[in-house]
Amino acid sequence: MIEVKGVTKRFGDFTALDDVSLEIPDGSLTALLGPSGSGKSTLLRIIAGLEVPDTGTVVIQDEDVTNRPAQKRGIGFVFQHYAAFKHMSVRDNVAFGLTIRKRPKDEINARVDELLEVVGLQGYQKRYPSQLSGGQRQRMALARALAVEPRVLLLDEPFGALDAKVRAELRAWLRRLHDEVHVTTVLVTHDQEEAMEITDRIAVLDGGKIEQVGAPRELYDNPSTEFVMSFLGPVTKVEGALVRPHDLSIFTEPVDGGIEAQVLRVVHLGFEVRVELVLGGGEEVSVQLTRAEAEQLEVADGDIVYVREPRPAAAPSA
Amino acid sequence: MRTDRKTRWGLRLVALLYLALLLLIPVGVVLYRTFEPGIGAVWDSVTTPAAVHAFQLTLTATVITVPLVTVFGVLLALVLARGRFPGKPLLEAVVDLPFAISPVVVGIALIFVYGRTGWFGQDLADAGIQVIFSLPGIVIATVFVCLPFVAREVTPVLREVGDEQEQAAATLGASGWQTFWRITLPAIRWGVAYGVVLSTARAVGEFGAVSVVSGKIAGETETLTLLVEKRFNNFDLAGAYAASALLALIALVTLMAMTLIKPRREEA
Repeated sequence: MIEVKGVTKRFGDFTALDDVSLEIPDGSLTALLGPSGSGKSTLLRIIAGLEVPDTGTVVIQDEDVTNRPAQKRGIGFVFQHYAAFKHMSVRDNVAFGLTIRKRPKDEINARVDELLEVVGLQGYQKRYPSQLSGGQRQRMALARALAVEPRVLLLDEPFGALDAKVRAELRAWLRRLHDEVHVTTVLVTHDQEEAMEITDRIAVLDGGKIEQVGAPRELYDNPSTEFVMSFLGPVTKVEGALVRPHDLSIFTEPVDGGIEAQVLRVVHLGFEVRVELVLGGGEEVSVQLTRAEAEQLEVADGDIVYVREPRPAAAPSA
Repeated sequence: MRTDRKTRWGLRLVALLYLALLLLIPVGVVLYRTFEPGIGAVWDSVTTPAAVHAFQLTLTATVITVPLVTVFGVLLALVLARGRFPGKPLLEAVVDLPFAISPVVVGIALIFVYGRTGWFGQDLADAGIQVIFSLPGIVIATVFVCLPFVAREVTPVLREVGDEQEQAAATLGASGWQTFWRITLPAIRWGVAYGVVLSTARAVGEFGAVSVVSGKIAGETETLTLLVEKRFNNFDLAGAYAASALLALIALVTLMAMTLIKPRREEA
C-alpha cells in the first residue's frame, strides 16, 4: 500500500498540493485524475521521490520513504515524453536498471528478452529510440521501468503525447498488462475516459486538493461535488441543478414534473442524438437520446416539448 | 521569386567578399609568403631552438589548459543549466567575463595578484613558486581566456536535452555519479567536443594576456604567438611568416577536427 499523509507542496506562491492524504491499495490500478494545475503530477512525483514535499509523509509498503531519494524507493516511473536514453539501444535502455545493479550478463539478457516480449517489442533489441514510433518508445520505457521489479509503477500521463488511435490501443494493453503483472500502479491523467476505462480506482484532484476517491462507477453515479460530476462526464443544468444529459427525458405532451422548453436544434451524432433546448427563462439544456428514442419522438427545431428527469438528480443542487 | 533569388545571391556575394577580404586573402598571403623562399628555408626557420621551444611551450600550455577548462566548463554548465539558486544571472555574467575583458587587462590583473609585488606574489615566491614570467602564469592566463568556451557550448545542450533522462536514471537506481557518466555525459558529448576544439584553438592562439604575464623570455617563456610578434618586430619577415604558418597549421588541424565532429553533432 502507498500512503500519502498530509502532503503540502508549494512552488513559490503557487500551492501545488494542499494537505493531501491518499491511500493506494496493493495491486490496484489507480488514476490521479484532474485538470492541468490540479497537482496530480506533483503528487505522483512526490510518491516517486522526484519532488520533496514541504510537509507530510509518504509510506510505501509500511516503510516511511519521505526522506529517501528516488533511486532507493523501488519504484518504476514512466514519463509523458518517454525519457528514452537516446544514445542507448533498446536492449541497453531496458537493461539499464539491471546493469546499474551489476547483475550477471546472462541474467540481464534473459530478463530483457522476456520483458520485450511482454511489451511486444521482441526483436527490437538493437534498434535505437530514434528508430521507434512514439507508442513503441513508451512500451520500451515501460519495459525499462518493469525490469527492476518495482514495488510501485508510476505513470505520468504516459499516453499524453500519442495520437488517439495508439492511445486507445495502449490503454487496453496497459490494462491487460496490469492484470498479468499485478504491480501496484498509479496513473496520472487528465483524460476522464482513460481513467474510467482502465483503472479500478480514481482519485479526482482539483486545485491541489483531493475531491473524491472511489471506483469509476461510484464516482460517475454518486459524485460528491459538482466538480467531480462535471469532470467525469457531460453535464447540463436544469433549473440550477446539474444532471447528465442522458438522464433527461423528452415528452411531446405535458407531463408531471415536466418543464416546458423549445427545441433549438437536433444534432445527430451517429447512434446518439443530442437535442438542445431552451427553457422559458432562456436557460439552455442539452438532452442525449438514443436514435430510436429520437425517431419515436419526431422532434424538430422550434417544437415545444416537456423535459423531465426520470430519476432524482444525482448531484447536489448548486 | 526572382528578386528573392537575386537578394540571396547578393547576400552570398557580400558574405564571401567579406570573408575573402578579411580572412582568406590575408591567410593566403601568409602562406604564399611563407613558402616564397622555398621549403628548406621554412624548415630552418621553424626548427631553430627558439622556435622549437616556443612550439613546445605553446603545446604544453594548451595540454594543461584544455583539460582544466573542460572539467570546469562542464561543471559550470551543469550549475547554470540545472541549478536553481539566487545570483544565477550574476554567475552567467561572470562566465562571460573573459569574452568581455581584453586579454591585456587579464594579464595586467594577473600581475597585480600574482606578481612579485602582488597580493600573493611574495608568499608564492617564498614557497619557491614563480607564477608570473613562467609557465604557471601562462597557463593561468590561458585558462582565464578559454574558460567560457566549454561552458557556453554545453549549457544550451544541457537545457535542450532536459533532465527527464536523468530523472529516469535516478528512478532506475542510478546514483548521481552513475547518471552523470552513463546519461548526462553521452548526451552532451558533442557539445563538450566542440567546446574542447574551440578552447584548443583559442589556447594555441592566445596572445594578449600571455604577452603580459610571460615576460617574453626567448627560449623560456616565449610562446609561438610571441615568437611571431618578435620576429615581425625585428624585421625577420620570413621567420614571422614561417612561425605564423605553423600556427595556422595547428588551427587548421583543430578546425578540421571540428568539422569532423559537426555532422555527428547534428545527428545526435
